[in-house]
Amino acid sequence: MELIILGIIKAFELIVTFDAEVLGITWLSLKISGTATLMSLLIGISIGTAVALNDFPGKKIIISLINTGMALPPVVVGLFVTMMIWRSGPFGFLEILYTPYAMIIAQAVIATPIVMGLSIAGIQNLPPNLRLQMLSLGASRLQMIWVLLKEARLALLAAIMAGFGGVISEVGASIMVGGNIKGYSRVLTTATVMETGKGNFDLAVALGIILLILAFLVNMVLTQIQQRQRPR
Amino acid sequence: MTSENLIRVQDLVVRRGNATVLDIQELTIRQGRVIAFIGPNGAGKSTLLLVLAGLLRQAGGTIYFQDQPVNSAASLKLLRQNTSLVFQEPLLLNDTVYNNVALGLKFRKLKSSEILRSVSRSLNYFGISHLVKRSARTLSGGEAKRVSLARAFTIKPQLILLDEAFNSLDPPSRESIIEDLQNVLNETRITAVLALHDREETLRLAQDVAVMSQGRIAQYGKTAEIFNQPADVFVAGFVGTESILEGLVISGSAGCMEIAVCDRVIEAKGDFPVGKKVYCCLRPESVTVMPGLSGITGSQNTFLAVVRKIVRQAYFYKLYLNCGFPIAAYITMQSLEDMDICEGKVLTVSFKASAVHVLDRDAKL
Repeated sequence: MELIILGIIKAFELIVTFDAEVLGITWLSLKISGTATLMSLLIGISIGTAVALNDFPGKKIIISLINTGMALPPVVVGLFVTMMIWRSGPFGFLEILYTPYAMIIAQAVIATPIVMGLSIAGIQNLPPNLRLQMLSLGASRLQMIWVLLKEARLALLAAIMAGFGGVISEVGASIMVGGNIKGYSRVLTTATVMETGKGNFDLAVALGIILLILAFLVNMVLTQIQQRQRPR
Repeated sequence: MTSENLIRVQDLVVRRGNATVLDIQELTIRQGRVIAFIGPNGAGKSTLLLVLAGLLRQAGGTIYFQDQPVNSAASLKLLRQNTSLVFQEPLLLNDTVYNNVALGLKFRKLKSSEILRSVSRSLNYFGISHLVKRSARTLSGGEAKRVSLARAFTIKPQLILLDEAFNSLDPPSRESIIEDLQNVLNETRITAVLALHDREETLRLAQDVAVMSQGRIAQYGKTAEIFNQPADVFVAGFVGTESILEGLVISGSAGCMEIAVCDRVIEAKGDFPVGKKVYCCLRPESVTVMPGLSGITGSQNTFLAVVRKIVRQAYFYKLYLNCGFPIAAYITMQSLEDMDICEGKVLTVSFKASAVHVLDRDAKL
């Protein structure tokens, strides 16, 4: 109990004193996870929309695979991305192992199936004839897709929250491909693991609390947007 | 000069999997007409509407819009831009009524002043101007239906398609929406194709009727013709001909025939030869009911009948009688009480020879 109280006090202290290292780690966490989420939105929503709106053989299997991808273990993603960008791997020439770029890629791989799966569910949940109704009113294919995405916005915002929540809190992939290098690729989760390992529980708890506050603030903003859009 | 034929369909085949769901050899929809497609569930009415709206590709055959075949992306776009389909459910967006009604014009990237003018006119048509700022999700079923109709008319289509658009509405809402739709169609002269299954709505709205069965058009013609002179037993049954009696022509001259039905003789108009097996079709509204033996005067088509069953309808009663052959008749509640009609009571029924529609029993259905 004492550890937790100490941790809370430490967290408060680090926040109010604007501790440079903690601020740097927090900002990097936000940048990496935010960029990864953005990438996953671009890929996940576009492929998710295409899957949801088109009928093709094997569609159910594809959706099952995407849904399975929603539960991808971060360490497996970390391992896969590491092998891909390892010096002798197919993308080794990029030389991005142990850099924030590698962390963005790994986190995007984790978030994309989450965003994709929830986008498919959101679009498929719309009335089946809505698409035809839009076309009948003279919409082009792009206009029709835009209207459908707007109609599924509640589900899509939930997808963003789930995607961001999934990557801001993961540690396995980030530590494997980022290396937890101080001032360069250290983020809140990897720093928490390291401080726990060193026995600095008060600092670890403080970092954990900052991580929770960060996740809460981002989700609060998204929830505000989502609930403002909710049908009354 | 615009062609009188707005849309024409030739050798149309639509398949779902291996099943043929639509097979129409020829169908012409003339400009300015209101046509109802009626038929049982699964007859292909909704599928036909989707094809006519350019939203479902056919497996075979050609659609001609304004005499031009719809066989390219440009012609398909032209068809879609000039048709508007209203589904059974309103399918409104989670937005204001204004933005919903304006949707088609926004897709066409029209100026806001132009959109405002068209939306206002459409909202007026359906008496929903006061709802303009409301969120579509807060509307009642009747209001949502009016908004979806207004949205369809806003784009000023040449052809409007309504797929069982009045289902799931309460009777007062349905009544007033049908009235408004009638007025709008009269004012705009827009060609309308309605998929319906209610005979009353069909009689009120449609100038022409096509009866569909198993993906085919069983009969297509003017409404009165379809209801009074059905082409076959299926159509007769579907348009409400209650009494379809098997008979045999026993004599005939000068357009009049005597037909033996059970052990009775019915007089009917027509020129079938003696010995011909026929069906005598009789609508319940053509049958007059009189108390007791009062009507028996020896004139043709007047029979004594026993009341078998009395069924209450919306505003009247339907009597199922037996006068040697089964027959149905309508009667008002007042007449039912005045004549003290109950099951087992003997009455007199009569009908005109011209009210009997005779069909060839050997004709291929």
